[in-house]
Amino acid sequence: MKAVGIVFSNIHDKEIKELTALRTLASVPFGGRFRLIDFVLSNMVNSGISKVGVITKRNYQSLMDHIGSGKSWDLSRKRGGLIVLPPYGVSGTTLYQSRFEAIKNTEAFLRRSDEDYVVMSDCDNVCNFDFSRATDFHIEKNADITVVYRKKDIAAAERKPRTAFTLDGGRRVIKVENSDRMSGKKLVYTNMLIVDRRFLLSIVESAEENGFKSFSSDILTRTSDFRIYGYELEGYFASIDGVSNYYKHSMELLRPENRAALFKPDASIYTKVRDSAPCRLEASARVSDSLIADGCVIEGEVTGSILFRGVRVEKGAKIENSIIFQDTYVGADSRLNCVIADKQARILANRTLSGHETQPYFIAKGSII
Amino acid sequence: MKKKKCIAMLLAGGQGTRLYALTSRVAKPAVSFGSKYRIIDFPLSNCTNSGIDTVGVLTQYQPLILNEYLGNGEPWDLDRTYGGLHTLPPYQAKSGGEWYKGTANAIYQNLHFIENYASEHVIILSGDHIYKMDYSLMLAAHIEADADCTIAVIDVSPAEAPRFGIMDYDGERKITSFEEKPKNPKSNHASMGVYIFKTSSLVRELIEDEADPDSSNDFGKNVIPKMLKQGSKMFAYQFRGYWKDVGTVASLWESNMDLLGSRPVLDLNDPNFKVYSRNKALPPSYIGAGGRISNSVLTAGCEVYGTVVNSVLGEGVTIAAGAYVSDSVIMRGTAVGKNVKMYFGVIDEDVIIEDGAAIGDGSSDKNGIALVGRGSRVKGGAVIKSGEIVEAEQQK
Repeated sequence: MKAVGIVFSNIHDKEIKELTALRTLASVPFGGRFRLIDFVLSNMVNSGISKVGVITKRNYQSLMDHIGSGKSWDLSRKRGGLIVLPPYGVSGTTLYQSRFEAIKNTEAFLRRSDEDYVVMSDCDNVCNFDFSRATDFHIEKNADITVVYRKKDIAAAERKPRTAFTLDGGRRVIKVENSDRMSGKKLVYTNMLIVDRRFLLSIVESAEENGFKSFSSDILTRTSDFRIYGYELEGYFASIDGVSNYYKHSMELLRPENRAALFKPDASIYTKVRDSAPCRLEASARVSDSLIADGCVIEGEVTGSILFRGVRVEKGAKIENSIIFQDTYVGADSRLNCVIADKQARILANRTLSGHETQPYFIAKGSII
Repeated sequence: MKKKKCIAMLLAGGQGTRLYALTSRVAKPAVSFGSKYRIIDFPLSNCTNSGIDTVGVLTQYQPLILNEYLGNGEPWDLDRTYGGLHTLPPYQAKSGGEWYKGTANAIYQNLHFIENYASEHVIILSGDHIYKMDYSLMLAAHIEADADCTIAVIDVSPAEAPRFGIMDYDGERKITSFEEKPKNPKSNHASMGVYIFKTSSLVRELIEDEADPDSSNDFGKNVIPKMLKQGSKMFAYQFRGYWKDVGTVASLWESNMDLLGSRPVLDLNDPNFKVYSRNKALPPSYIGAGGRISNSVLTAGCEVYGTVVNSVLGEGVTIAAGAYVSDSVIMRGTAVGKNVKMYFGVIDEDVIIEDGAAIGDGSSDKNGIALVGRGSRVKGGAVIKSGEIVEAEQQK
């Protein structure tokens, strides 16, 4: 496929601040062994994209540690591969504030590329999506931009900024709605799109004279000037934008049909290899309805929970409806319910911690309780 | 190029006939072990953990799965610009070519590989054992003693001794006798099949061994006894730690079981001495609401809806509801159907056990392990008796 990928690693950080205090949204752990960026990188690689630029802004140390040379995604290449695009500082300028400024920052990268198309995605999308089909559609429609949307029934009470589209019979976008109070059945933007590289460069070049600032309100809304088409994403999709929604979508993975939709044998989700030992469950362990990663040692009880790699659960400890990140220790006879424990936390013996599924109790990285 | 101090030659061409169905289609070093590993992960990881970055892997018997698994050596950090992992199959040369006749002949045929790195020492390893060992300590002892050859020894029980090369050594660790598989062993110091040679001594001995028409070209049977007889400087290096020869189905099963318990005899959870392996990209394992798993180990991609006790599950193993699996080793990709009852089974990779089948029974024990070979299908309701061996080919 003649497309280059661009991934935005920071765009929604502030909406999920507990988990992104020490990392980018891209490196937020998800699903027992993955980081959010694993999904988009794997989707791109599985779609035949072999050059991916990752736009970073701040807190990207943990992201760099995770993606390294891109080897785990087969993106350590002589031609293309993984290219980290850190903020490009010209003295006097500040860090970019909008997606459009972030794209402007990658102008040199885009100019050096020779692929005809650019696939752009945020990193907070959890899905198993084939960009190559969407690109075929883009080519077939001779589109300038193809936006990826999904059908969603939005409850009237939900307040969240969204972009929704109206399509004509030929699937051309004829109307774009940017609002934080939409309701009913909508075609909602997934923050993934395919764009002609030369077209994108021409927009970036003329941005100043045209006053383009925001991609969704200044570019996507010009439906008569540009040929914008919509491609539907079917199947499992989750967009992570807050701690309670992070919790809800994580727990969806306990259902077999969601795992089947996300982890396909012919389109694997890759992640950094850690070479943990296998998970050891001892004679007293009671585990049910839970996802358990390598390197865990479990003596206690785990129900309806997700345990990342290297979690230790002591005897008599009881973990329910919780998400426990890498290398966290849960001491003997402690009780956890609706808890999200970040990496390397130590919950000592006889502690009782409880949140609610709409408001999980969050334990920060490395804290001792 | 800079000389290497020590390179490794790993003998991985053996068939491993006493593993029966497990090695019908794969070389013994590629047999699955301990949920996420293959036997060869242990010597390769030992090399990496010991600072040895050049490993020649000699392959011969059923090399396809092994070769694919090894790839460029990246999982063991052995993808190097100078050195790294190389597979060395037998090859044709101008003067003809031949299969590897014995362990010594296999190395002899690859002397040019050793000479290429001009290393001072060569460590000879095999792909038959489960152990974590820092070879750099042995190398230091070898260099300090200025030995021609240093042999790693481990003390075994007198009952086991006749299975191994048995040696005796003096207070300076100098080897005084060596007997390959003696009927009446003089000691319980067993050779681990790990030798470090001074390269010059190795080259000389292998050339001489090759010229001897009566030799069967084997290190344990020919080269080591001859060197000892002619007075070469040979030292023992005492290893204390976990070491297991997994050449039989029973010993392979036992070694897997050594991973279980609250203080496992074989503990792989050591961040300073990791055992590396090549693994598929799979999600974590899921234990269903009705599933029950205890005193067991498992790795990624498993789905457990039945009951599993005292067992080892490989990558992507599925255990359906109502199944009962006890004291068994189930290797990657195998599916266990509903209401299957399994006791003391060793089930190879990609096996399908259909609903209601029975493997072993409540009276089975470790002396009667039922073995189901790679890619077999055990029909619904079938009964595989304790000690029975099932192979895919037989069923066609």
